[in-house]
Amino acid sequence: MSTSGDARIARLRSIATAAREHVIRMTEGGGCFLGASLSCVDLFVSMYADGLRLSPDRLDDPDRDTVLLSKGHAVPALYATLTELGYFPAERLKAHLTTRDDIYWHPNRAIPGVEFHSGSLGHMLSVGIGIALDARIRRSAARVFVVVGDGELNEGSIWEGLLVARAQRLGSLVLVVDRNRLQANSPTEDLIPLEPLADKFEAFGWNVSTVDGHSFDELRNAFNPVPSQRPTVVIANTVRGKGIAELEGRVDGWFIKGTAQDIANMISSLRDSVALPAYAE
Amino acid sequence: MTPYEDLLYSMAQADERIVVMTAENRAAIRALPHHLGNRFIDVGICEQTLLGAAAGLALRGRRPVVHALAAFLTMRGFEFIRTDIGIANLPVILVGAVPGLLSDGNGPTHQAIEDVALMRAIPQMKVIAPADENELLQAIPEALKSEGPCYIRYYDGPCKHTHLDRYNFGVAEVHGSRRADVVIATYGMLVAEALEARVLLEAAGITVTVLNMRTVVPLDEQAILQAAAQSKLLVLLEDHFEVGGLYSAVCERLVGEQVRANILPLNLKNRWFRPGLLKDVLSESGFSAQRVASTILQHLEKQHGELSIRTTAVSKHSAVTDTLG
Repeated sequence: MSTSGDARIARLRSIATAAREHVIRMTEGGGCFLGASLSCVDLFVSMYADGLRLSPDRLDDPDRDTVLLSKGHAVPALYATLTELGYFPAERLKAHLTTRDDIYWHPNRAIPGVEFHSGSLGHMLSVGIGIALDARIRRSAARVFVVVGDGELNEGSIWEGLLVARAQRLGSLVLVVDRNRLQANSPTEDLIPLEPLADKFEAFGWNVSTVDGHSFDELRNAFNPVPSQRPTVVIANTVRGKGIAELEGRVDGWFIKGTAQDIANMISSLRDSVALPAYAE
Repeated sequence: MTPYEDLLYSMAQADERIVVMTAENRAAIRALPHHLGNRFIDVGICEQTLLGAAAGLALRGRRPVVHALAAFLTMRGFEFIRTDIGIANLPVILVGAVPGLLSDGNGPTHQAIEDVALMRAIPQMKVIAPADENELLQAIPEALKSEGPCYIRYYDGPCKHTHLDRYNFGVAEVHGSRRADVVIATYGMLVAEALEARVLLEAAGITVTVLNMRTVVPLDEQAILQAAAQSKLLVLLEDHFEVGGLYSAVCERLVGEQVRANILPLNLKNRWFRPGLLKDVLSESGFSAQRVASTILQHLEKQHGELSIRTTAVSKHSAVTDTLG
């Protein structure tokens, strides 16, 4: 890999590590959906910091790309990424779950960079379809990225949306599946088996790419597909709790309340993991 | 093009924000796809996606006018209305076809008779019930002026009476004197039945005022408070369950104002209605002009047997009950 490529990856990893620290700190007090957030930090870092038309100084640009977080409970990952990229001061994250700010367990569009509120699963694909339809009417090249959980694929509205987006030939739409293989209480395959997942999306007429959801090079390629009339789904294979070795892949790591000591331990574990070769590109 | 299609088309010509959407219910908008190009969006039989997509379009500044059967629009997709359109207070116009008794022969699956209750429960949602095509055509531009969402009980029936004043959004049209024995407040297709019932009752010597409410949200509180204060009986007539419709809205208001009123709710109580042709449904469920008049008359007799109303009505009573059957 070239030096400039190395620098790019190093920058993204540094943002992601800082973002994960914010997420871990949000477990204080009332807790947060830690495992579900850590699996998709790298997805947001890739989208917001590596090539999409997104920046804090173009929040009202009609040609900006749109990111919608459909698995709303992973909002710590989104907020942590946004604050690291300068959308709002990190100080605000300390107000998590206090009524003095709008930062709680699900997204609120009062927070700069958040396009729409969510929390009820299975909504943002349809909202994203509306935004993509508007872009088409305006002849804008703006694209729409919808991040869903794999457990969220249980919702019927997702499959409705897959049909409609294909029928409407919304090539500007990218559905990103945070495929950490766990839902709230069990492995996805134990409750509502999704596999063969890529085949399902292909059968619905979508372009499908399956990538390592923690590889910034694979994500960048997947988020910039060859232009097509077909919408694209990116199945991002991820790890619940990514970055904290003790928590990775654990069913019980979905929601965590952390004491000050827990938080110190988790951050220490995160810093150790960053140094490990497994995390490197 | 029908007058409704013509209106949407000319409004869309003048306002590029307007998009017309449907979940494959094209009955009212059949001519529009050809004229509106990519501003006509049919998502197929996918009400949830229809409503979420309408929210997305409205979020980007569009004014979606969304069509589906009222039952499926308001109930299959309810949480998408409440969560995506409602929480964000987006200016989406929801047009529900065959609401209330208008689903005639379809049966309970298609009966939107809790739609007013559901839509009224969403903050900022306006609930509009035109009495005929004329009012429908005037309601649409008013709805487009709204900064928040609107639900329209679509009714394009012929205008059977002369409208008394200009369509004034949120203000009831008052047929009759402000001071009458009986005030019938109603909305939508039942306005015509109420006006006919008025003729029958007045033939029996009972003075009647009909309030065509036009909207349930906003509620014309002044008209309601006046009717409660100045009439002997306030009839709340609606093709809706008893819970959550006009009856509820009026009671909430009267209790809030600590106003006592003698109220007769004429609605579907808690029962789905027996399906059939509209004419028969009206009569069988008690909503035809004759059934409404006769129910009111019986109620007055029971309540005010010894009051003056009986003495004024009594001479013509036998003739009316003959007519009413």
